[in-house]
Amino acid sequence: MEVPVALTVGVLFGSGLYLVLQRNLLRLVFGLILMSGGVNLALFVAGRLTRGISPFVPEGAYAPPMGAANPLPQALILTAIVISFGLTVFALVLLLRTYERLGTVETNELPIRLRDPHPADVSPPASSVPHATPSTESSGGTSDPEVGS
Amino acid sequence: MSWLLVSPILIPLAAAAVSFALPERRMAQRTVAVGASALLLATSLLLLVEVATRGMVVMQAGDWPAPFGITLIADHLAAIMVVISAIMALATAVYALVDIDPAREGLGYHPLFLVLVTGINGAFLTGDLFNLYVWFEVLLISSFVLLTLGNRRAQLEGGLKYVAVNLVSSLFFLVSIGVTYGLTGTLNMADLAIALKDVPTGLVTILAMLFLVAFGIKAAIFPLFFWLPASYHTPPVAISAIFAGMLTKVGVYALIRAFTLLFTQDVPWTHDVLLWLAGATMLTGVLGAAAQNEFRKILSFHIISQIGYMIMGLALYTPLALAGAVFYLVHHIIVKANLFFVAGLAQRMGGSFELKKLGGLYRHSPLLSILFIIPAFSLAGFPPLSGFWAKLVVVLAGVEVGNWAIVAVALVVGLLTIYSMTKIWQAAFWSPTPEGVTLSGLPQKRLWVPVAMLAGLTVVIGLFSAPFMNLAEASAAELLNPAGYVEAVLGADAAAEYDVPIVLEETP
Repeated sequence: MEVPVALTVGVLFGSGLYLVLQRNLLRLVFGLILMSGGVNLALFVAGRLTRGISPFVPEGAYAPPMGAANPLPQALILTAIVISFGLTVFALVLLLRTYERLGTVETNELPIRLRDPHPADVSPPASSVPHATPSTESSGGTSDPEVGS
Repeated sequence: MSWLLVSPILIPLAAAAVSFALPERRMAQRTVAVGASALLLATSLLLLVEVATRGMVVMQAGDWPAPFGITLIADHLAAIMVVISAIMALATAVYALVDIDPAREGLGYHPLFLVLVTGINGAFLTGDLFNLYVWFEVLLISSFVLLTLGNRRAQLEGGLKYVAVNLVSSLFFLVSIGVTYGLTGTLNMADLAIALKDVPTGLVTILAMLFLVAFGIKAAIFPLFFWLPASYHTPPVAISAIFAGMLTKVGVYALIRAFTLLFTQDVPWTHDVLLWLAGATMLTGVLGAAAQNEFRKILSFHIISQIGYMIMGLALYTPLALAGAVFYLVHHIIVKANLFFVAGLAQRMGGSFELKKLGGLYRHSPLLSILFIIPAFSLAGFPPLSGFWAKLVVVLAGVEVGNWAIVAVALVVGLLTIYSMTKIWQAAFWSPTPEGVTLSGLPQKRLWVPVAMLAGLTVVIGLFSAPFMNLAEASAAELLNPAGYVEAVLGADAAAEYDVPIVLEETP
């Protein structure tokens, strides 16, 4: 059973890596999702694949029966899934915000878009966009520090 | 004294929860942030005293005996790092009172900052590899939000690179943990130090390289540093200062831990790789800085070159070299954050971070000039400032081993650092104010307090370096003799099983 799972890990990691290297940032996020799936499976195999016996300690005993499945990797995976879920959601929101503010999700267009002066960075419409755009009074001065570099 | 051990994690975490519960009350949030940082500094100093007088402090979470539960442990290195992180937290919290605008405060700057500090301290104090991963994620997610907080376009663009590269690094870390578990069946670091001895050396070396990639991305070493100069200059100064001071150093700390406690089976090979990377990191960082013309970008590239010195200390792997690496860590965190704060003050007066648009600051504010010169000269390694001793010890360690190539690289990089610092000095302070630029008045007093405090600390470490060096040497002795760490976590029987591989020499 280990070999097919190991191959699956390889396929997930490989295709994830391929997507991460793409210029489109949405593909990058998809790549990260695939890779984290691969990593979770790898963790799973690392705990050895055993079947049949649940890791419950019988009444009166102090240890689970011989040959029981190892529950620790599953606990690790559960933690890792929660974390990667949070991170993926953040990455998607960041991507959405970037698209709203810069109008592109292509990596090689981002620096070009950044170079155009943009009213939002100079005088923020603080009232119209409640969740975004703090005052640049203290952090940005009169112009974006990126401009001109 | 287990409360001392958990307080560096619990204080900022509790403060973050309180701060989070007071979303609209900015004054209360600010008080909580500064108060928690001050309390953190007090308890972490107590922890350092405890470690220095009575040895390592260990706690098994939930009283589950190691290696089954999660171990928290403070040895000299961890205790020193926690103190430094508390100093940085306090300095940043005070600076942020003015520097962070109300909009960002409304978006939750204070709780996020406190969670970041929680994650940093957790990473220093944990004795469990998976727990280290969790603390890394805690500090990463808060750093993601802090970096992009406010949604300025440059922040988003820099943040994307930072997020993408760091997520890949986390995946590498996680898969390395999986392989480690598969090979040894344990993730407790002290237990791993024993268990890895039974694993074939080749496999351990492969593991070491996996961890090197995972931690190397966080620490911004040679081929893996591109995210750092792309993102650190975009957020407000208070945020980039604590990033520049602490975050990469968590990666360096993890590297030091991994390559002294876990991966010492094939030192000639693994630490040689580290040494090559150290040299390349120093050179690329300093050359990258020479090509930049923006205050904070120059400083960002210098983070990379200075990381090289710390890795060099780790790679040489002698008592003196490791002591140098630890001393360098402490010195660098203080100096680098200080320089970012100074950059913020310069921007407030001159209106820009671009060197071309800055000028005349020396005539405008001699005080700022002095406060720039102290950390800048310290970074470049002028006596009698802290950077001189840090560089001296690392270079001496190189001479001791007889590795002239790395000594030459270290010295050349030191010279080029002076070049970058004089470039900033010449352009921002010495040259006349560019036409069309009017310098604004002196910034509020509260902004000067952390800058002066950190500059004072640099001078103190430089002038009275002996106690700091003693602490660094004590950490190096512990790092080179992992049996003590194993004994503290698992007891004397396990330490006997560990069978000390390295005989400590007297430090000259």
